[in-house]
Order: sequence, then C-alpha cells, then structure tokens
Amino acid sequence: MTAPIRAINDFVVKFANVNGSGSASANGLFVKAILRMGVPVGARNIFPSNIQGLPTWYEIRISGEGWLGRRGGVDLMVAMNPQTWDRDLAEIEKGGYLFYDSTKPMPATRFRDDITVVGVPLTQLCNSAYAEPSKRKVLKNIIYLGALSALIGIERAVVEQLLHEEYGSKPALIPANLEALEIGFDYAKNHLKPIGLKLQRADAVGERIFVDGNTAAGLGAVYGGATVCAWYPITPSTSLAEAFIDYCKKLRHDPETGEARYAIVQAEDEIASIGIVTGAGWNGARAFTCTSGPGVSLMQEFIGLSYFAEIPAVIFDVQRGGPSTGMPTRTQQSDILSAAYASHGDTKHVLLLPEGPNECFEFGALAFDLADRLQTMIFVMLDLDMGMNEWLIEPFAWDETRNLDRGKIMTAEMLEAGADFGRYKDVDGDGIPYRTLPATHPSKGSYFTRGTSRDPYARYSEEGAVYIDNMERLLRKFDTAKSIVPAPIERKAAKKTSYGVIYYGSTSPAMDEALHAMEARGLAIDALRLRAFPFAGEVFDFIAAHDLVFVVEQNRDAQLRALLINEGGVDPARLVKVLNYDGSPITARFISGELAKGMAATDSRPVGETVR
Amino acid sequence: MTYITKPDFHHPSLGKNALGFTRRDYEGKVSTLCAGCGHDSISAAIVQACFEIDLEPHRLAKLSGIGCSSKTPDYFLGASHGFNTVHGRMPSVLTGANLANRELLYLGVSGDGDSASIGLGQFAHAIRRGVNMAYIVENNGVYGLTKGQFSATADKGSKSKKGVVNSESGIDLAALALQLGATFVGRSFSGDKDQLVPLIKAALRHKGAAFIDVLSPCIAFNNHKGSTKSFDWVREHNEAVNRLDVMVGRAPIKASYDPGELIEVPQHDGSVLVLRKVAADYDPTDHVGATNYLQQRQAAGEIVTGLLYVDPEAEDLHDALGTVKLPLNALPDRELVPPSSALAKINAGLR
Repeated sequence: MTAPIRAINDFVVKFANVNGSGSASANGLFVKAILRMGVPVGARNIFPSNIQGLPTWYEIRISGEGWLGRRGGVDLMVAMNPQTWDRDLAEIEKGGYLFYDSTKPMPATRFRDDITVVGVPLTQLCNSAYAEPSKRKVLKNIIYLGALSALIGIERAVVEQLLHEEYGSKPALIPANLEALEIGFDYAKNHLKPIGLKLQRADAVGERIFVDGNTAAGLGAVYGGATVCAWYPITPSTSLAEAFIDYCKKLRHDPETGEARYAIVQAEDEIASIGIVTGAGWNGARAFTCTSGPGVSLMQEFIGLSYFAEIPAVIFDVQRGGPSTGMPTRTQQSDILSAAYASHGDTKHVLLLPEGPNECFEFGALAFDLADRLQTMIFVMLDLDMGMNEWLIEPFAWDETRNLDRGKIMTAEMLEAGADFGRYKDVDGDGIPYRTLPATHPSKGSYFTRGTSRDPYARYSEEGAVYIDNMERLLRKFDTAKSIVPAPIERKAAKKTSYGVIYYGSTSPAMDEALHAMEARGLAIDALRLRAFPFAGEVFDFIAAHDLVFVVEQNRDAQLRALLINEGGVDPARLVKVLNYDGSPITARFISGELAKGMAATDSRPVGETVR
Repeated sequence: MTYITKPDFHHPSLGKNALGFTRRDYEGKVSTLCAGCGHDSISAAIVQACFEIDLEPHRLAKLSGIGCSSKTPDYFLGASHGFNTVHGRMPSVLTGANLANRELLYLGVSGDGDSASIGLGQFAHAIRRGVNMAYIVENNGVYGLTKGQFSATADKGSKSKKGVVNSESGIDLAALALQLGATFVGRSFSGDKDQLVPLIKAALRHKGAAFIDVLSPCIAFNNHKGSTKSFDWVREHNEAVNRLDVMVGRAPIKASYDPGELIEVPQHDGSVLVLRKVAADYDPTDHVGATNYLQQRQAAGEIVTGLLYVDPEAEDLHDALGTVKLPLNALPDRELVPPSSALAKINAGLR
C-alpha cells in the first residue's frame, strides 16, 4: 500500500461536479475560506459550453509558499459526478484521497487501492434533513463543504462568516445554509478519521485581492477613460463587458443629474461592434469592444481600416480554444498570429500581453492611451484562464497624477495659427501624424477619411510612390510603438547560463513555480516575459545572448515563436517549442519537466519539438 | 477626378443664408460619377437643403459605405469631416460617431447594394436603435461600379441591361424602415428636387432615425426599357402622397390653401413640417395607416413618394442610454477617471 500523502498548506483539491447543480457557490466558499485563513490559493474553473447537466471541475491549488499556477496532479478529489467517476479517480496522485457520496454502496472494483477513500453519505444526510427537491439539490453542496472543512481543518467560524456575507442581501437563506454546514461538519467530526492533508492558519495572503482578469480589464477601461463600449456576447469575454457596465454604473454617473458619462451598446454582431468602436474612435471618444477569436475573425475588415485610416480603437481578445468554434470554454493562447497580422494587405498591430488581472487592469487602461497616441488598433490579449478565473493578486493601484494621453490632436487654435494640416503627414519623424476631430474649425482641418490610398493631405491617390511613402511611414509608426509599449521583463538565473526561456500571458504563475523548481534542482535558465508586440530590441538581444531559448506557449503551432522568427530574423533552430494546448492551463510540472529534458538532451543531440 | 480643383469664385448675386453662407460653401469636390447620374442630383439637393436650414457646414459629419452612392460625400459639404467606411457598415460607424459627439448632425449616405444586401443587418439595427441621423439610400436597383448586376432592391420581373429577368423579390427599404421603427420615413426621386430638398431638410432636423429612400436611376446600367428604376418608369409610376415644406422659426403661410388641405407637424427643434395633402386622407403620423397604404399602392404598381411617416415625439439612442448633454469626446479626465479612493473601496470588496 502506498503511503498516504501528508502535506500542510500545500496540496491540490479538485471538485468534480455537474454543471447547473449549484456547486459553484459552495466551491467558491471553500476557496474564500482558505484565503481568509491566510493561505494563498490558485483556483481554476473547468466548465463545459452548456447550461445544465455536463461535467464541470474546479481545481484548487493550495500553496502556503504562494505558487498560484496549476501544479499538475490532484491530491484530494471530491468526486460528485458519476459521469466522470473513472477519469476523476485516475487523476488522483498515488497516496492521494478520494472524497465521495457513499449513500449508494459501490463495488470495491470501482475504487483504487493506492489511495485513501473517504465516504460521506451526502444524499442520505441531505434527504433526511430536507424534503423539498430544490433545497436538497443546493444544500447537498453545503453539506460536503461542511464535511470537507472538518476533514482538512478549515475553521467553521470562517465559513459561517462567509455564509453571512454571501447571503447578506437574502438573509432568509442563512439559517438553512448554516444548518447544512453543521450537518456535514458534525458527520465528519463524528465518523471520519483525519487525513494527511491539513490546513493551518497562516499570514501569507496579506492585502491581496481575489479577482478575475475580465473584471480587472473592465475596470481598467473605466480608469483608461473609455466612454464607448460596443460588444456582442461571446464566451469567455462576456464578463469583461459586464464588468465595464457594472463599474460604469457605480463610477461614471454625473452626481447631480444622474446622467451617464459613457455609452454602451450591445450590438447585433461583432462586425457592428467594431464598426461602432471605429466610428467613436474617429470622432475622438475612447472606445473598445471585447471578444474572442471568432469575433476577431469577423472584425478583420475593420481592423485593416483602423490600421490604414489610422483610427484609435481597442479590442480585448479573451482567447479560447480554436480553431472555429473549437473549445469555447477552454483556454489557449492561439490568437496571437491572427491578431498581430489581422486583415488583408500588409498590416501589423500592437498587442499587449498581460500576465494576469493586475496587468489586465494596467494594460486595460494603458491601451487607450496607446490607441490615441499611435492612432491605431490596440489588442489586449487575455485568455480564458486569466479572464474568467479569480486569481490572488496585489491590490489594484492607480497613480492620481496620471493624465490621459490623447495623442496628437490638431486644435482650432493650431489651425488658426496657420498650422499646415496634413492628416497623414509625418511632422515629427515618428510616423505619427496629427488628426483633427470632426467640427474642429468652420473652414480648416476637415478631411475625408477612407480606406483607400491617399497622399499626406488625405487626397485620394493611386500613385505608387505616394502609396509606398505612406506604407513606409506606417512602418516608422510601428517602430515608434516599440519604445512606448510595456517592455519585457527579464529574470536572470543565479548563475551564468546559455539557456533562456521566453513566455507570456497566463503562463506566468506556473512559470514562476517551474523556475523555482529548476533552480532548486540546480538547473540555471534565464527567463524573459514578453509584455507586448512589437518586440523591443532587448527581446532579440536576449535570444542572441543564449545558445538555446525555449518558447513556452499555449497553442499548437508555436505562434509566438513564429512571430519572433518572422520579426527578428531569428534562426529557428535556436528557438525550442514548449507547447501546452489541450485546453487546460499549463502546469508548473509540465514546464519544468520539458525544460529539464531539453537542457539535459542538448549536449548530445538536437532538441526536437516538445509538445504536450 | 479629385485633382480637378473647383474654382472658388462665384457670381456676386449668389444669395446668402442667415449665417452668411452661399450655396457654394456647401459644395464639395467635382463629382467623378457618370454625367447625368441621379446621385449627382441628390448631392445637389443635399447642398440646397443644408444651405436652406442655415447649417454651419462643419457641424455635420457625413458617412458612407462603399459603391457609387458612397463616393458622393466627397462631392458635397467640403468643410465637413467625411468617412468613407467599409461596405455595408456605415450604420455602425455612424452610430459610434454619434455616440462620441451628440452635438453634430450625422448624414449617412448609402446605396441599395450597400444597405439592402451586405449591409441589411446594420441598416436594420441602426434604425431600430434610434440613432439620431439622416440616412439616405440612393437607390438605383443595380451595382454600377461592377457593371450592372441586380441589387436586392431590383423588382422581381424587371430586366437587366443584358436582358436577364430578376427572379428574386425586391426589398422595399422604405417599408422595411417603417416596420423597423424608423421615426421618419420618406421616399423621393432624384429627378424631383422640389420634393426631395424639403424631405432632406426635415430629415436632418428630425431627432431620431430618419430614413429617405431616393430612387436615383443609373444612367449607365439601369435606365433601359424593362427596368423599374429608369427615369421613365419612375416618372410614370410616381404617386406623391403629399408635398412638404419645412418652416423654421417663422409662422407658416397657409393663405393659399383650403382648410383641411394642410397638415402641420411641429418637430422637437421648433421647426414645423407643413404638408400639403395630395392623397386624400393620408396621415403621415399614422404608423399602421402608412404601412397599409404602402402595401396597397405597391400592389397596384405605384411608387409612393413623399413624407410617408413621422413621429414628432421621437426619442433617440442617447435618450435611451441617458448620456450626459456634453459630448462624450469632450469630457475632461476628472469626469472619466475615478479617484483612487474608489479603487481602495473596490479592492476592499475583493478580499
């Protein structure tokens, strides 16, 4: 018999539920209770594209040391879904624990002998306490929450306090929930043996907040001065628009008149959404849409117009599994190439690559400054993992002295003073022209905006030299972008090394843990986290300074690697693919395993593709 | 083409409007459309209408899609900002522009290909959203730039220049606009300036989604026998329901008409629409009546023109959204960026 796992404040719990069964609320309470006990948690919801009846999981990484990515493996499985019993059971680590509803007897063959089985007759406890089916369904979840709390040592008072807060607006529901909690708690206390996984109160959470990236990005858009939002619901971006709506309701009404200092339109589709954004940006309002890969596909023509006619706009792309409808409720980083080069003809677009909710907020605000400054489309590339899962992060912060950067706008005064206005004229050598907003001046500064070729004074022209002049200026502008987008962040290994790793986005928390693990094993590797496209020169300096650079990303085709090769003329042999694209967030174990393998193997033979 | 510069000088006797502008101040570049194109007459009518309502030329934004009609905003109102957007998507761009600055007038110019085919969805949704705009479709039933294919407004049974008979039923954009909730619907003919100019004036002054379907024969590809969008056909089948005058800031003169012949419709902005009835008992404020009338007369083969429907109490998208009076593009930072105390409160709620 394998020895049971023993761990304090460092284990993985996974709930296997049926969606629509009300489990999300109980699982959320479980996580919040652990946080309230001062122990850091990384929690990820794995859910189907469905309203009711399909399997859903909630995976919780409890880490006193503060590792918030997925570790890989499960120490305690709470198996509440008969449909997925076999695979859930198989996922438990040797020496791990199974928690299940033991109301119906099950043959021994349905279990494993290398794990500890903890049975609680949940249905029986629930049915004997409650007669109404609706209560039975929901309160069963609270009963298992009570039993689990007793089992691993979550303080009951903490959960009770949370129940009071959760149902503050519906106090009538509190007594029944407290009672259900007690039923589960008491059963566990009286009937179950303690297990090897324990929670202990700690002080490792501090001031940190627990929030998802979509909420953070929606709030960022409020702070970034966005006034127009046009959107079309699509998983996993919907909650970004909803967060913007909620925060605007709270923060953006005239205190005297109650009037809205924003306009939000749920458009008829993604094309209309980006059209509205384009019109608003053209007319000087900060505007955005939020969508996912399929929406970006639909918006292609407008993205090209934004690039060529130079209209500020922001798209939050919360990436999901593609191609086509793909895996709509699973995560990937698979829109990088289609966003970077969106639309027909020669185009390139600025991408911001937040690593989690903090940067979703920060870049969510910054995107509007960059859009106005560069007069072009700015993509903020979230993904489902950071967009829809709550992450434990430092509190949001805002510099009160910061002003919104509206970019180069030619005013009536400048026109009156005799400025030579050419809408597409490069006055300052940075490729960025001045623009006038409609109705700036009664007789000066008007121009005709179009997606067709034109000269610096916005006059239609199909002359080759005029066209090339404009296209080259757009490249100069893109070059200017390199110096004003968020710079990459380098983390040097403790000792000198010829190995490097490049990563970005939601890979960050798992990478943090993987790098720590590598260092503990004595494997030295320098790391560079990219935060934007176009790539600054230091990205290629980093590649040049290492013999072998791993590029870790969450798609099949190594899209970031392709972008690096294309933009920097990098020898492909020096960039090793490390790819996770099964729809689940990447794990620390996978990353450190692949890097270690690659580093050990390169001395004798070339490294092939490491693909999961 | 656009390298031809129009001379600035004009005849000294050219009249001025209340703001001191002449008609020439509302013109644009030289048209590149075919000589005799109906669209150029519509551009001229837009110039005349803007002159007559004493518009400051730069206080209007003109937006269009793609096609012959969508090129025309370059040929009028040269002092206004214009935006030639993408095919069929003018309505969404206009909606966004309007949200950014509610103080300007928005003129959308489109064609039957742009609005009835690729852009039918956006046409529908901008109208049902009540965007404050004047939306003109220059309707010739044919794709001109690509040389003569049927558009979606071509009538079933009508013949193309190459002799092909259209087997698909035609979309009546005016009837559709009415059904979609447009609060101002007109139809006119590019060859009838007396009818068209007042309609455009009224549409520009209307608050809400104003739509005008203007039959505008394509001289090159759809002006032959067998076409139902030719000059001859439209003239022969044109049945006006009323004649419109827009009275701004002065009392309407009624002396020359018998009682009961006139309908006065006061607008939000204080102007008065004075309608001389042509069809007896046609009430342009009766939505159901207008819908029925259009259907009946269309079945009889007539092209009904005039002010077909108006809701003088209409509200627009900004009313529905409850937005501030000041344009959103003019709000200062302090009204947009919440204080960090608000952020502290948000942080506290996320623990």
